[in-house]
Amino acid sequence: MRDFLRRRPLHLPLPFGDHPHDEQLGRLWIRCPSCGEQLYAKEYEDNLKVCPKCRYHFRLSSQERLALLLDPDSFQELDHNLRGTDPLSFRSEGQAYADKIPGYERKAGTPEAVVYGLGAIEEVSLVIAANNYLFQGGSMGVAVGEKIARAIDLAVARRLPFVSVVATGGARQHEGVFALMQMAKTTAALARLGRVGMPYISVLTDPTVGGVPASYAMLGDVTIAEPGAFIGFAGPRVIEQAIRQKLPPGTATSESMLAHGMIDMICARAELRGAIGRLLRLLTNGSCGRTLSGEWGEQRHDREMSSVGEGLGIAD
Amino acid sequence: MRTSLEFEAPLAELQAELDKARAATKPGDLEGERLVARLRRQLDERLVGIYAQLRPWQKVQVARHVERPHPLDYLRLGFTDFVELHGDRRFGDDHAIIGGPASLEGRSVMVVAHQKGRDTRENVDRNFGMPGPEGFRKAQRLFHLAEKLGLPVITMIDTPGANVGVADEERGQVEAIATSIATLCSLRVPIVSVVTGEANSGGALAIGVADRVLMLEHSTYSVASPEAAASILWRSAQKAPEAAEAMRITAQDMLEFRIIDRILPEPIGGAHRDPTAMAIVLRDALAEELDGLVDLGTTELVQSRYLRYRGLGPYRED
Repeated sequence: MRDFLRRRPLHLPLPFGDHPHDEQLGRLWIRCPSCGEQLYAKEYEDNLKVCPKCRYHFRLSSQERLALLLDPDSFQELDHNLRGTDPLSFRSEGQAYADKIPGYERKAGTPEAVVYGLGAIEEVSLVIAANNYLFQGGSMGVAVGEKIARAIDLAVARRLPFVSVVATGGARQHEGVFALMQMAKTTAALARLGRVGMPYISVLTDPTVGGVPASYAMLGDVTIAEPGAFIGFAGPRVIEQAIRQKLPPGTATSESMLAHGMIDMICARAELRGAIGRLLRLLTNGSCGRTLSGEWGEQRHDREMSSVGEGLGIAD
Repeated sequence: MRTSLEFEAPLAELQAELDKARAATKPGDLEGERLVARLRRQLDERLVGIYAQLRPWQKVQVARHVERPHPLDYLRLGFTDFVELHGDRRFGDDHAIIGGPASLEGRSVMVVAHQKGRDTRENVDRNFGMPGPEGFRKAQRLFHLAEKLGLPVITMIDTPGANVGVADEERGQVEAIATSIATLCSLRVPIVSVVTGEANSGGALAIGVADRVLMLEHSTYSVASPEAAASILWRSAQKAPEAAEAMRITAQDMLEFRIIDRILPEPIGGAHRDPTAMAIVLRDALAEELDGLVDLGTTELVQSRYLRYRGLGPYRED
């Protein structure tokens, strides 16, 4: 019964597999990019977008990811409207970057490359952030850095665990050095979570590349990866250019990271929710039960944030 | 003979004239000395003019100039008693990062820096200043040592970026960079960082989180080297000059963005024309910045460093 529940579409904003911006939507057959198997759409969705033949884990949007992991109706998104800007007035091949941003938003279905908020996994309250790879490759610009830092701040203020699910191509080049500095921003925020004794579970999915794993994503107290994810400082193309040969098979994958002691475990998609729930119960010693029954008033959140801001000396 | 950059070509004739006049002037030859002084003045004026107008890609050329002073030069010319320490105590010793205690104007400090080579042999040894995980872990070790002993940390940044390679990935390049940044974020001693050449990618930031950040006048700071950025954005490293232009990477941009606190003026025509003069400017600036930090309490220091990075970058909420 529990397994059945876990595999069902779990919660808002959209049921699992029903993402309007999903390229696969409306197709009856989906081709696995890894083994070439033709999958019947329903089978593909029922299997949480994992190829039944080769176990390839298709990429998920942040909405799908949250639906997969969180207790039904437990998610309350925060700072939905926090967006990046165009601090460099960046132009690429004659086109202004600023003009392209609305298109990214339409494609991704989210205003930025990360979504965060309060939620619960198997009745353990937490703060969760999930990248949206559909938004400019899940890249970290200022808004992503700010939302991750706010998510961590909130976990500190509420004494809640923090779970982050990463899918990213790295720092957003279009925001230049400001994007680079988000590595320091997110990392600086994490130091405070350690001080209040709350765990941070980092979940790495395909791909996890560049400035994100080189900052907060590789600093998890426990780090979990989905099978076959590419995890590394440079993407496959950049590594191939640097070493001037084809990438040796298995380089910078979840399996290689596990073998080299860089992550704690690999979890298949269907087992991820259960694994995080079990870990959170153990690591918080049962202290983060879902006592607020899903109702978190905005006012209460604001008040707590400002009082914690004073306590930590965070200026507005 | 100094390696001349492309945009300095208009000066070649003047430079040759000056070199000739110098060679021809015997001691006591007043007329000859006057000619040398006049040519020298002319050359300086032209250099000042050219260097004031450098485009970002030209700045990259200056920042990478083969004769540009590197951290070991500054340690020799501006510091005393540098003792280099080696190894990360985990796996190896990465020569792309150097470090150890030194004396700056009579005060002990811990110096950690990228180090490039000057010729092919040196560059192979130092991997062109691109550190792997062992370099960052050596840096972490020295940061912790500085904290234990209460020594301020000075970092000098000059790297094309962290190294890219299969073995580096396997030994945890991403973890090493992340942990270096985390170490600096919480370090309980003052940190002053100065970009002496090029500062690119997480490989620069890994030793670049600081209480005060300075840049030499013609140095650059970027999320990725112009070649890497062009490759990511346009799949062509050949478009590096365009990337340099689009990404706003100069010291002057960084000051405007408030990413850095101060620009250190370079000698006329760039630091490579007078390394000693540059080293003195650097030494005095570092000493001054440390003076401004030593009176801060540890908590205040770490808190204000946190706020500095927590507040970085514009976003909107509407």
